[in-house]
Amino acid sequence: MKMNPQTSRRLLLGGLALALVAALAFVALRTGPLAPIKVQVVEVKKGSVSPAIFGIGQVEAQRSWMVGPTVAGRVLGVKVDVGQAVLPGQALAEMDPVDLDQRLAALDASLARAQSAQQASGAQVADAQARRALAAANLKRNEDLARQNFISAGALEARSQEVASANAGVAAAQANLGGSAQDITRLRAERAALAQQRGNLKLVAPAAAVVTAREAEAGTTVVAGQAVLRLMDPASLWVKLRVDQGRSAGLAPGLMARITLRSRPGETLAGQVARVEPLADSVTEERLAMVAFDALPAGASLGASVGEMAEVTLQLPATAQSLLLPNAAVVQHEGQTGVWRLKDGTLEFAPVTLGVQGLDGTVQALGGLDEGDTVVLYSQTALKPGARIAVVEQLVPAGGAK
Amino acid sequence: MISLAGRDILHGWSKYVLTGLGLGLLIGVTLTMAGVYRGMVDDAHALLANSRADLWVVQKDTQGPYAESSSIKDDVVRSVRGMPGVAAAANVAYLTMQVQKGGQDQRVMVVGMEPGMPGAPGYLVAGRHITRNHYEAVADVKTGFALGDTVRIRRHHYTVVGLTRRMVSSGGDPMLFVPMKDAQETQFLKDNDAIVNDRARTAANPAFNRPGSPGLLEAVQALQTSSRNVNAVLVQIAPGFTPEQVAEPIRRWKHLSVYTRDGMEDILVVKLIANSAKQIGMFLVILAIVSAAIVAFIIYTMTMGKLREIAVLKLIGTRDRTIAGMILQQALGLGLIGFAVGKVAATVWGPAFPKYVLLLPGDAVAGLVATLLMCALASTLAIRVALKVDPGAAIG
Repeated sequence: MKMNPQTSRRLLLGGLALALVAALAFVALRTGPLAPIKVQVVEVKKGSVSPAIFGIGQVEAQRSWMVGPTVAGRVLGVKVDVGQAVLPGQALAEMDPVDLDQRLAALDASLARAQSAQQASGAQVADAQARRALAAANLKRNEDLARQNFISAGALEARSQEVASANAGVAAAQANLGGSAQDITRLRAERAALAQQRGNLKLVAPAAAVVTAREAEAGTTVVAGQAVLRLMDPASLWVKLRVDQGRSAGLAPGLMARITLRSRPGETLAGQVARVEPLADSVTEERLAMVAFDALPAGASLGASVGEMAEVTLQLPATAQSLLLPNAAVVQHEGQTGVWRLKDGTLEFAPVTLGVQGLDGTVQALGGLDEGDTVVLYSQTALKPGARIAVVEQLVPAGGAK
Repeated sequence: MISLAGRDILHGWSKYVLTGLGLGLLIGVTLTMAGVYRGMVDDAHALLANSRADLWVVQKDTQGPYAESSSIKDDVVRSVRGMPGVAAAANVAYLTMQVQKGGQDQRVMVVGMEPGMPGAPGYLVAGRHITRNHYEAVADVKTGFALGDTVRIRRHHYTVVGLTRRMVSSGGDPMLFVPMKDAQETQFLKDNDAIVNDRARTAANPAFNRPGSPGLLEAVQALQTSSRNVNAVLVQIAPGFTPEQVAEPIRRWKHLSVYTRDGMEDILVVKLIANSAKQIGMFLVILAIVSAAIVAFIIYTMTMGKLREIAVLKLIGTRDRTIAGMILQQALGLGLIGFAVGKVAATVWGPAFPKYVLLLPGDAVAGLVATLLMCALASTLAIRVALKVDPGAAIG
């Protein structure tokens, strides 16, 4: 049967109108505010989480030295260069002695003179002793004469006085001798002190080390305590780690560490927390810890440079079995922390007490949920209680976002 | 009872449908324009809603981080936390910059935030929240980054660990969330060349490089490279307090500017996008006039084309009301088709726009009413001509 062209035209128009209305209805319900919010859900499961502490730090040397003079002076010469390994006691640099040598020569001369003076004093003692012996002999003879009344008492007294004078002369000469010996001791000590100072102008290595900086050249005047050379012990490199105070629970000496140096981003070095500093940084709200390398990376140079940045991950022991949530599911709603739970197809907010969190984003749910609960993991927009939702497999296609 | 309008449409249906389609596309453009405006307002609101803040504490006498630059010390947050009525307070740093995405520059707003605090993304569509305090990022899907991608910002590489959606700046730039300390460094740390130049300049200054004061130069140089500033502090207020109750003591005693949500909305919606809104408003008015003119023109030509038939109708005694009704129905039908096509078209091409296009059902209803009113008005011209026609013309 052939269709009336009028009817077919009517059918066509009707079809077009229907299609338009259908498209309009689809558009109104599937997009815009009337559309359901697409969500991706996840089931709450039991498991254990391995919390970890992440922080960044700098490579530092545990033992480093600033080698410089103890008094102000001018640098005479520097014998070593940056990067050079030095042995304990090795001469590194020398300060200009200025007039020290001349003063030493002067002291040497003074010492010689003092020794001559000592000899003179010795001779004076001998002379005084001879005088005393003579006076004593004279006295003895006069005493005999006086007993026989050959001389007057006054003459005898004069002899006695001579003996006393001679005794005093000996004592004076001996004191002079002692004084000159003390003079020599003083001059020797002064010379030794000056020699010490002269030796102190030689800067020597305090231990086996590597020169890290050469801060002054020959001719530079440096003050006391200023460094001419900086040294460090390459075997004592460690990482000064800074960890956010809020995420530092469990930080303790002995924790195993994985260290990634900025210069070797693909490489992980093993280490261990050597020390947790008792003082935290109150300005940056970070705690400080020292992480020692188990073995330094081998290489042509030191393997790590001081001041280089390092990322450190510290692994803490796994927790006991408990309910686990991905941290993407945790939201804030009206000042509370919790998750959106799907119960009989409707949304409700369930406040949750959270425990520790792993670096992979798994977080412990300590209270507020039961095993097997379905909670919203991802949502297209912020959710409200009772919002219309449509559960989808995946909100964002894997491997790329549009 | 037969429908005169329907019969006439059936007679020349292709012309009618095509006219409806054309009108529809025009209405689609109009609706999209309205959507663009709504999208701009929504971008501003999204920025406010996503920050989940009740108060914005910013540098004194500035308009806050969105409208102009604001810089405060990052320890201000501690004194704010101690103020009465403050439930939570967090530092936040905003920085609009270009990042590299597959060799192409992508404009993003880098947001420095503290995870779980106001300012952090409230929900994700993939991945996870930031768990490390350095070198991880959560990106808006509009940035085009996928999970696991590496983003280079200044001298550091960040791994994208989570994706979120509709987190945009007031200008519509997608956001990239990074930990606070990284953002501070990104925003306030100078580039290496500048640092080296500064060091040289400081070392050349005898006041800082004084002989006899070893260590002074190092101390001055360390001071120059530290960055301890943020753009704003976001505050959530405790239940039982009004925003103004919490804001006033901070203004008075901390000597900072504080904006409530209403105040911030005023800055963002009224002040920032006022000119753009006027621009779009002008377009809307012109488009509406053009649409009305086209409808009037089409109905008028359609009526002119069938003046003889109308004369015949008059001759056989059809009432004026019936003829007017026919033309009005046709005009309204055209409006309905146009609206439906326009709405569908706007919805289809809306997501392809570079900036967010928000089509509100309220706008659609208003658009429908406006279209029908316009069509009714436009048909009056044709109706006047039809009613004036001389029945004698049918046989003349």
